[in-house]
Amino acid sequence: MPVLNNKDLLGIKELSADEIKHILDTASGFKDVLKRDIKKVPTLRGRTVVNLFFEPSTRTRTSFELAAKRLSTDVINFSVPTSSVVKGETLIDTALTVQALGADFMIVRHSSSGVPHLLAKNLRASVINAGDGTNEHPTQALLDAFTMREKKGRIEGLEVVIVGDIAHSRVAKSNIYCLTKLGAKVRLVGPPTLIPDGIAKLGVDVYYDMDEGLRGADVVMMLRIQMERQGKGFFPSTEEYFGRWGLTSERFALAKKDAIVMHPGPMNRGIEISSDVADGERSVILEQVTNGLAVRMAVLYLLAGVKA
Amino acid sequence: MSKKLLDKQEIERAIVRISHEIIERNKGVENLCLVGIQKGGVYLAMRLAKKIGEIEKTEIPVGSLDITFYRDDLMIRRQPVVSKTEIPCDVTGKKVVLVDDVFFTGRSIRAAMDAIMDIGRPALIQLAVLIDRGHRELPIRADYVGKNIPTSLDERVEVLLEEDGHEDSVVLMRREDAGAK
Repeated sequence: MPVLNNKDLLGIKELSADEIKHILDTASGFKDVLKRDIKKVPTLRGRTVVNLFFEPSTRTRTSFELAAKRLSTDVINFSVPTSSVVKGETLIDTALTVQALGADFMIVRHSSSGVPHLLAKNLRASVINAGDGTNEHPTQALLDAFTMREKKGRIEGLEVVIVGDIAHSRVAKSNIYCLTKLGAKVRLVGPPTLIPDGIAKLGVDVYYDMDEGLRGADVVMMLRIQMERQGKGFFPSTEEYFGRWGLTSERFALAKKDAIVMHPGPMNRGIEISSDVADGERSVILEQVTNGLAVRMAVLYLLAGVKA
Repeated sequence: MSKKLLDKQEIERAIVRISHEIIERNKGVENLCLVGIQKGGVYLAMRLAKKIGEIEKTEIPVGSLDITFYRDDLMIRRQPVVSKTEIPCDVTGKKVVLVDDVFFTGRSIRAAMDAIMDIGRPALIQLAVLIDRGHRELPIRADYVGKNIPTSLDERVEVLLEEDGHEDSVVLMRREDAGAK
């Protein structure tokens, strides 16, 4: 009878379209809760959530922390610089120690792909992937899908353009899985150096020319250009990048009149997106943040049901 | 194996009687707000609000309440689809009448009271149910009851309504037959 049967959320790749839809439907209920004066429900009272972050993150960690608190759980933040990882403890030992403290959920972020999967196999607790290397960031894709569905009323048939560093982006990867499963048409746009060969196998179209890729789009999703990639031969300079793949209002006009623009944050204004677009009427960037809370509450709630 | 406990006419009579009782107990309809518990109580709340409105010649605010997030652990396992909570008025200071179809253990009502209190601070909360089948597990009682029906734990009471595409009726069935309606 339950829709979700796996104790962990490791990636969108492992989910069915029905499971994704059930998470989004459940998130709608939590979004209503977040609009009230009392934004907290007693649903998961007595459970413990541990944020286990081996890579710095403020937004995702804060979002998970608040989502967990809104469900009345107790939350502990465990981050690398203050942990015993620096003292040489292995990854699994660290996680087992945290579990022994009574963690029911572990929210894991790590710079290596596959770490959440490894931990999930070794733990009783539910593991939620909060970003692993260049692999996946499932809750980001879920909140993006939630936002699109809310704004456009559907996902099926939408023309969604994802622009930027596809090769290094776990956000792009999770979004490709999620959107194709839900029936959207996905286009990837960026410099050839940042779009992996063979990605079209995932059922997406690739464009190297931004104007061509934007034409007729319903949703334009801009990815963050990581400054540390600069000077490594992926693109000549941030100025040239902005000139060719940056989203300006002139370029955005090539998309449909009612197209929306999204960004997972943090934004580099003037590098991948201009300020007038980022702050414009059709930007849903801050709504994505709010929806992230509702989606993460839904994920915690549904996974709690798997183990109850 | 099912037995009809109430037919269309008997349900209608119960609605009429409870409507009068609500008006009488509250000395009118001032500050009254009806809230149906998802899913079974919502249509009944709408029927009661309509009837009370006809009697008092005014419109009675009526809403729906989803209690999924307030349930105890047993329900979490099923991952139920969350329904809408829509209450058209500020419940603070109102006389809120919770409406449900079948009154059983009392756990849903406990959850509903918690859910209402998180939305606002009502002046008072009352409870109206179509069927009271007994087996309470909490110290909760109903203010308005359509019909008391003693049941055994291996039985199930189903309230079927026109709004859901059925013929109005209340039926008693064995647990194993339930769900095949």
